[in-house]
Amino acid sequence: MNAFTQLLHLVETTPLAIFVSQSTYAFAAIDMFHVAAVCIVFGTIAVLDLRLIGMAFSDFSVTDLSRQVLPWTWTAFVIAAITGVLMFTGQAAKYAVNFAFLVKLALMALAGLNVLMFHFVTYRAVAKWNHGVPAPWPAKLAGALSLMIWVAVAAYGRFTAYYMFP
Amino acid sequence: MMAELSQWVGSLPISVAMRRITWLVPMLQTLHILSIGIVLSSVIMIDLRVWGASRSGTAIARSERFMPWMWAALAVAALTGIALMLGAPRSFRDIVFVAKVYLMAAATIATAALPIMLRRNGCGGREAGVPARVVGVVALLLWLGATLAGRGRWIAGMLAG
Repeated sequence: MNAFTQLLHLVETTPLAIFVSQSTYAFAAIDMFHVAAVCIVFGTIAVLDLRLIGMAFSDFSVTDLSRQVLPWTWTAFVIAAITGVLMFTGQAAKYAVNFAFLVKLALMALAGLNVLMFHFVTYRAVAKWNHGVPAPWPAKLAGALSLMIWVAVAAYGRFTAYYMFP
Repeated sequence: MMAELSQWVGSLPISVAMRRITWLVPMLQTLHILSIGIVLSSVIMIDLRVWGASRSGTAIARSERFMPWMWAALAVAALTGIALMLGAPRSFRDIVFVAKVYLMAAATIATAALPIMLRRNGCGGREAGVPARVVGVVALLLWLGATLAGRGRWIAGMLAG
């Protein structure tokens, strides 16, 4: 058994993981909150993405829209992450070889890089394009990437479940 | 009766054909989830202004800004939902699905009532009155309830023992 397999086994045998995999309803109940949280993550971030791209909501300033939307996005993301980790622990070894799940993780890492890049580089000069003018191309690109990545994350999330429980 | 109905729908040629295309059901589910996300975020954006958490623009303008998104997304959610009922019809056997339909109907009424209430408001729809605030929150809670019920098939199993 290599170190990675051992680690997955360790994850699967924690009391919480055993509860998730053994209980009749735990997984389905956690999944219910996971999907609802994902809905809110996508829906709220899409509002900001569309504003950045310049497709909608140009009557709002970028900072105003961020202030309204992001607390919802982050709260929902934390719920989605916690419930996602819980579901993973129950069958860690199976998820680790689920192609759709691995693509989903890679896409989320990409989304993370996109957010970091946007927040620490592009967003610094937000005052210049906050209102009344189109956002510069790096901001538009960040919005377009975010939108596409989250659509794909949702899709690969569904495919993960599909390959897991065909 | 519902059990036989869902069995009958499941045996229809279109249902069988849909299941033969393996990526179709997860793809429809994805579209369904994403459009529900837009419904929720539209109502959230209206509620933020109605409750005064955001002060930009008037409450009425905010509702008029996001209602078209809400309706369009709801249409997509309904269409993909109907398609999923054809392709994977096991859901309408259980009471949680029935509850979801009622929650959706109530949420749609509450959301549709919101702009009307704001328009009838004394101060020209700038700030929302207490009734509109309550309806705004109720609408969001009903949509959240409907969203959760959409993945709540297990609850019926639990209730049945």
